[in-house]
Amino acid sequence: MDPNDLIKAQLLDPRDMERMLQRMARQLVEMFELDEDRGETFGLVGMQTRGVYLARRLQAIIKRVDDIDVPLGVLDVTMYRDDFMLRAKQPVVKETRIDFDVDGRHLVLVDDVLYTGRTVRSGLDALMDLGRPASIHFLTVVDRGHRELPIKADFVGRTVPTLPGEEVRVRLQELDNEEGVWLVQPDGAGRAEVDGAKPEGDD
Amino acid sequence: MPLQELRHRHLLGLKTYGADEIALILHTAREFREVLDRPIRRVPTLRGVTVVNLFFEPSTRTRISFELAEKRLSADTVNFSASGSSVSKGETLKDTAQNIEAMKIDMVVVRHSSPGAPHFLTQCVDAAIINAGDGAHEHPTQALLDMLTITDHCGSLEGLNVSIIGDILHSRVVRSNIHGLLAMGANVTICGPNPLLPLHLDGMSPNGQVRVTHRLEEALEGADVAMALRIQMERQGRNLFPSTREYHEQYGIKLEHMNRYPDLKVMHPGPVNRGVELASEVVDHERAVILNQVTNGVAVRMAVLYLLSGRGGSE
Repeated sequence: MDPNDLIKAQLLDPRDMERMLQRMARQLVEMFELDEDRGETFGLVGMQTRGVYLARRLQAIIKRVDDIDVPLGVLDVTMYRDDFMLRAKQPVVKETRIDFDVDGRHLVLVDDVLYTGRTVRSGLDALMDLGRPASIHFLTVVDRGHRELPIKADFVGRTVPTLPGEEVRVRLQELDNEEGVWLVQPDGAGRAEVDGAKPEGDD
Repeated sequence: MPLQELRHRHLLGLKTYGADEIALILHTAREFREVLDRPIRRVPTLRGVTVVNLFFEPSTRTRISFELAEKRLSADTVNFSASGSSVSKGETLKDTAQNIEAMKIDMVVVRHSSPGAPHFLTQCVDAAIINAGDGAHEHPTQALLDMLTITDHCGSLEGLNVSIIGDILHSRVVRSNIHGLLAMGANVTICGPNPLLPLHLDGMSPNGQVRVTHRLEEALEGADVAMALRIQMERQGRNLFPSTREYHEQYGIKLEHMNRYPDLKVMHPGPVNRGVELASEVVDHERAVILNQVTNGVAVRMAVLYLLSGRGGSE
C-alpha cells in the first residue's frame, strides 16, 4: 500500500478475493459453455498490469476445476490512450502478447478496476486492430462508478460506490506482496489531476 | 527500478544520454516492433501530433524510416527538403525553422550537413528536436537501432566486443555508437587506414576505453560484432586511400573471415558498397544482420518519437 494512502475501508480480504474469482471463473465456464473444444473459440485477455495476473488466476481456476485449457493474452493499451495531449511525459510501454488468432473468437478483457471506462475503450480499440473477434466481454474485480463513456462490465466482482477523490487499490500477492482490495483517500488528492494522468490501476 | 521517462526533451546525440535512458528507448522500441508484425501496422498513439522532417541533406533510408515510424504512430507529417525550397533562395536555417514553427508543429526531425545544426534549432524553436544526422557529429537513431540489433542477437551489451571498421573520421554513426556502446558497458575497437582515423579521440573516449588498430585481423579477433562503415565514394577524390580494391584487400570483410570467426555477426549502416566494405557473399551471409537493422530502425524511431512527444521535460 502506498504509505501516503489514508485507508478508509478494506473492501475484500484474501478469502473474499479467492471466492470471487472462483465465482467469476464459474460464470465464464457457464456463459461461454466452455469445454475441451471451446478453448479454440474463447480467449482471456489481461490488461497490464494487474489484469494480467487476474486473468492468469482465472485461467488456473478453470484448469483446476474443469480441466479446460483456455488461452491467455496480455494487452498493454498505452499506445491507445486518449490522454496523450494532457501528459507531460509518456508512460512506459509494456508488453502486448496475444499468441492466438483473435478472429472469430469470444474474448474476455480482464482488468482490476472499472472507473471512467477510458482504459476499456483503449482496450477495445487495441483488440480491434488485432483482428475481428466474434465478441468482446469485460470482467472487472471492482466497479467504482463515475463512468465518462457508455461502457459497462459483463462480469463484476464487487460494485463499490465511491467519491471522485477516493481511489480503489487492488493488491495482488504475486505483484504487491499483499492481497485484497482497499478504498483509500490518497494524500494530496488532486495531485493526479495536475499532471493529467490517473495513477495506474485506477481506471 | 528501471527509468520511467527520459530526462531529455530532445535527441541531439547520445553523448549526454545515460545508460538508463538508452535502455528505456530500447525497451520501448521492442514493444513498438510488435506493432510492425500486426495485420494493421498502425497505432493511434501520436494522433494530432505534427512532425516536420527537415532534410537539408539528401537521405533516402533515414527519411523513409522516420516517415514510416511517424505514419505507424498516426502522426501528421510534413516533408521539407533543401532542394527546391526557400533554402536555395538564401533563407537562413533560423528563419526556415521559425517559419515552419509558425505553422504550429510539435516535433522536428532534422538532418543537416553542419554539426550542431539540431542544437542550434533547439534555441530558436520550441518543438522537440530529433537529430537525423548532423555533419560528422552524431546520428543517434542509427546507433540506437544498431544497439537494438546487437541485443537481439547477443543479449546484453555489457562486456560485448564491438569492432567498427572503415571511415571512422567522417562517420557520425561511429561517434553516436561509441557514446552509446560505452555507456552500455560494451568494449569498442575502431579500425581503419590511418587517413580515415581521427587524430585524437578525446571527446569520444575520455578514459581511453576505445581501442584503435590498423589491422583488420586484430579488430575481428575476439569480436562479437563487426560493424563495417560505408566508404564514401564522394570523398574518393581526396586520395585518402589508394583504391577501393586495395581497401577491400586490407579492410574488407570476406567469406574467409566469416568462416574463421564462427560467432561473428556483421552489421552495416547502409547503403553497402558490395565488394568494398563487405564481400558480396558476406552481405548475403546468414550472420549478416543488415536487414534486421533496417526493420529495427523503424521501431527505434517510433520509440524516440513517442518518448519525446510529451509536452514538458527539462533540459
